[in-house]
Amino acid sequence: MIRPRYERPTLIRHVAGMMNKYARVGALKPLSHVDGVPVARLVEQFGSPLFVFSERTIVQRQHELKDALALRFPRSQLAWSYKTNYLDAVCRVFHREGSWAEVVSELEFDKARRLGVPGEQILFNGPFKPESALDKAFSAGARVHLDHFDEILRAERVAERRGLHPKVTMRVNLAVPGTPAWSRFGFNLENGQALDAAKRLRAGGRLELAGLHCHIGTFVQDVDSYRQEAKKLALLANQLQRELGVRVDTIDLGGGLASRNTLHAQYLPGDQVTPSLAQYVEAIAEGLEALDAGAAPPTIVLESGRALIDEAGFLVTTVHATKRLPDGRRALVLDAGVNALVTANWYKHDVVPAQDFAGMPEPTVMYGPLCMNIDVLRDQLLFPPVAPGDRLVFKNVGAYNVTQWMQFIVERPAVVLVSRSGEPAVIRRRESLDTLVSQEELPPWLR
Amino acid sequence: MNVERLRELAISDTGFVFDPYSGFTFSVNETGRFMLQALKAGHAAEAVAAQLAEAFDLTPSDDPSRDVHEFILMLREQQLLPHDDDREG
Ligand SMILES: Cc1ncc(COP(=O)(O)O)c(C=O)c1O
Repeated sequence: MIRPRYERPTLIRHVAGMMNKYARVGALKPLSHVDGVPVARLVEQFGSPLFVFSERTIVQRQHELKDALALRFPRSQLAWSYKTNYLDAVCRVFHREGSWAEVVSELEFDKARRLGVPGEQILFNGPFKPESALDKAFSAGARVHLDHFDEILRAERVAERRGLHPKVTMRVNLAVPGTPAWSRFGFNLENGQALDAAKRLRAGGRLELAGLHCHIGTFVQDVDSYRQEAKKLALLANQLQRELGVRVDTIDLGGGLASRNTLHAQYLPGDQVTPSLAQYVEAIAEGLEALDAGAAPPTIVLESGRALIDEAGFLVTTVHATKRLPDGRRALVLDAGVNALVTANWYKHDVVPAQDFAGMPEPTVMYGPLCMNIDVLRDQLLFPPVAPGDRLVFKNVGAYNVTQWMQFIVERPAVVLVSRSGEPAVIRRRESLDTLVSQEELPPWLR
Repeated sequence: MNVERLRELAISDTGFVFDPYSGFTFSVNETGRFMLQALKAGHAAEAVAAQLAEAFDLTPSDDPSRDVHEFILMLREQQLLPHDDDREG
């Protein structure tokens, strides 16, 4: 007689609303390959945990957005949001496909320049640009996005010293119902500050106001917010033209487009509710119909970050142990925690086994290796039985993790890029003790 | 072990469990069903572990003894075994 295969026992109480609490059951499929490369081979070759990026997906997403823009606007431009993921290789993929760079610090600016991005293709955002940064930006011909009145003064000073009359863009914040206002950045539209700033720039005679910029927020799932943002910017552009004779050559709608992730507070999974890139662009185009017809239509810029890169990123982890919590949940201890997957704080990340599995899914919590209570990658999901040594893949992790990850207790993991032809290559080495101590000094009296 | 509550459970062949006392329903997998039946019949934990090793195809990393004790904790958590019961072997 053939004996059935042994599985660890499960006992799951049926709860009304379990679907909602634990997300969909039964839809779980293993992810054994990334663009044709076996996950098992990647781990063998590069270790675990491991971030894996798909060049194919980055290119696809970027083209999808670019094509949607090209369909609606005579002139459009993508600028890659460096803070979302500024690994050289990732930025290079974006730049090769025609994206400019959107940076928010001098460090990011230098990184873009080092990668060979021409100054004229850099948009410089952010509330903190010291004189040295402004000087570099103006000298290289980058487009500075002015954030506040003190910055206007500082920028005028720097430009004057250089004998330049650079074109600048004004960052505007505005109210969009349903989206929390990011009023701390830029000049407020509704209270007239933006118009004042435009007048101030004209009076200064040093900086030429040539663009409007707004970034309404991040992970904005309602395309209507973009319709309203676009319309308000269009009306401001009309007003500048009419009242000040200022004609902008660029309208930059920032980023914030949602990826297919699921926020902690979100009921339906992201892959069901996140609008397509084309839907966002459609809404922007409708809002911009309010623009007065002019001689040359402005270039429409988007600085989308997470929506372009999230899907291209995977985090492969290995199950280190399984245990049973007093409340009956199965707990997994994984080799990657919130140190590597910072975005676990925002999202219920989709996670699947990397190998075939059998057995009944049961309520599971996933912990990382940190000796800290906050180190939770997923707190509630129905997950099939797994054993130490099994691999799991977290999906949609391409945005913000490899810039915001923490070095804490353990080294940051390696990052691999799978080329369009299915060849994996390391794009950031796993850190080591040397990485850590290379920045440290023992003062003389402690040597 | 006080298995009074376990005796009241209706356990189907497919692993569907009904508790008439609370009205709750549960799912158990094949091994869970086996353990439930054996415990309900009054077998001690170690005996159940031995029976599992007979009835199922084990790999070297499987540990039925650990799993039976874990299963008993799960039953306690679901109030199907009394919490203060320390005569479990
Ligand atoms: C000015 C600006 N542009 C673009 C982005 C990219 O945002 P997202 O990744 O949400 O598209 C950000 C992110 O905060 C930003 O501040």
